[in-house]
Amino acid sequence: MSEIPSELKYTKSHEWVRSEDDGNVTIGITDHAQELLGDLVFVELPEAGSEISAEDAACVVESVKAASDVYMPVSGEVVAVNDSLADAPETINDSPYDDGWLIKVKLSNPDELLDLMDADSYDAVIAEE
Amino acid sequence: MSEKTVLYEKHVEYGGKIVDFAGWQMPVNYGSQMDEHHQVRNDAGMFDVSHMTVIDLNGTGVKAFLQYLLANDVAKLKQQGKALYSCMLNHDGGVIDDLIVYYMNESWYRMVVNAATRDKDMAWIDEQSAGYEVEINERPDLAMIAVQGPHAREKAIEALPVDVVEAVSELDRFFGSDCGEWFVGRTGYTGEDGFEIMLPDTEAPAFWDRLAEAGVKPCGLGARDTLRLEAGMNLYGTDMTETTSPLISGLGWTIAWEPEERNFIGRDALQKERDKGVTQKLVGLVLQDKGILRGHQKVIVENVGEGETTSGSFSPTLKQSIAFARVPKQTGDHCQVEIRGKLLNAKIVKPVFVRDGKPV
Repeated sequence: MSEIPSELKYTKSHEWVRSEDDGNVTIGITDHAQELLGDLVFVELPEAGSEISAEDAACVVESVKAASDVYMPVSGEVVAVNDSLADAPETINDSPYDDGWLIKVKLSNPDELLDLMDADSYDAVIAEE
Repeated sequence: MSEKTVLYEKHVEYGGKIVDFAGWQMPVNYGSQMDEHHQVRNDAGMFDVSHMTVIDLNGTGVKAFLQYLLANDVAKLKQQGKALYSCMLNHDGGVIDDLIVYYMNESWYRMVVNAATRDKDMAWIDEQSAGYEVEINERPDLAMIAVQGPHAREKAIEALPVDVVEAVSELDRFFGSDCGEWFVGRTGYTGEDGFEIMLPDTEAPAFWDRLAEAGVKPCGLGARDTLRLEAGMNLYGTDMTETTSPLISGLGWTIAWEPEERNFIGRDALQKERDKGVTQKLVGLVLQDKGILRGHQKVIVENVGEGETTSGSFSPTLKQSIAFARVPKQTGDHCQVEIRGKLLNAKIVKPVFVRDGKPV
């Protein structure tokens, strides 16, 4: 059974979004996603300061077997990236919602958050897979 | 059409993640491909390879037939049970499959060919055998389990039937021995020592459990691929195909040119290729920048030309990405690989990355 924290928002493509106190959001991939991928060996992140749009494949996570695009749930400016993943990509497997976060974004269009799923809807999506 | 080996229920029972491989439902891992890889390099792991094709060839004309069929020469096999790695070529010198053939006795050889190529291999072998005194019998009744790693043999011996143990305890590397319906080869596809054990399929599930009790961990196809790549072993369909000759696939060493009078299928084509001058070679790459090498990535060699990766992955033992690549013959010791639009630097090495469990 994979973990689906109730306070987060989700996408069909297995990304999660957390709203932070400073108004920005943190983005990562779900427990279900890391389980499907297996041991991660490489993560490619956008540069801090770059602009991203919703549905861009701005990150790539690679397991031994394959590379997987990570689709952006929201648009905005990348304000931080998780540098620790360069040397320890497996952090995402161990802690997909905390230490394994990918990027932090300053939203250009906060309404996009309304399009995202809540935990129950995401649960239903993966139950059907 | 999806097939299952006799060990399918065991894979599910042991937590295997089942995927399709060449029409077979096989375990890609049992939880962690990386752990399974390290298990084989450091201890003992086991693979269900029952989907591979075992073919017995019997008759007075077997040796002559195989000397014609295969690019390597079975005449090299003078001792009972000795094994030979060879390519089977088409008339253009392209590789139909790679395989291992064991000499059992003067009128019995046993071949193991790939699972994915079973149908075309059987059709080809059948067709080419016309005129030879030989009977070709596929052995789908045999299951096959590969036990690999520095402690593989000792643990397998704990699990083997007593009479089989006698047959294998003195087995040399690259030899096989049969005992009743069981056949054990001291061979493998991981670069580690170990056995590949053929046995009646009805006995396979219980034997799998006995191996597990002896401390051998189940390993899936994912680990099998990273292990063989590290060990410098080619994968048919990826590193060589019907449109590539052994000469540009790192398999020149498997061709027995001597004796000159031995006419084998593909000889003329290979000779012509040699006479014209072979223009490409298969090399090993170790990625220097951060990233992962995969197959079909463009390789750029400054002042020389371009090539392409064939197999690529992350090496759990080296903790770097490695690959095989087909490049122009004059390529030196470094190149660049295009990955998602970026040019990353790679070092060129002999296509063997790990030996005896350690980086070369």
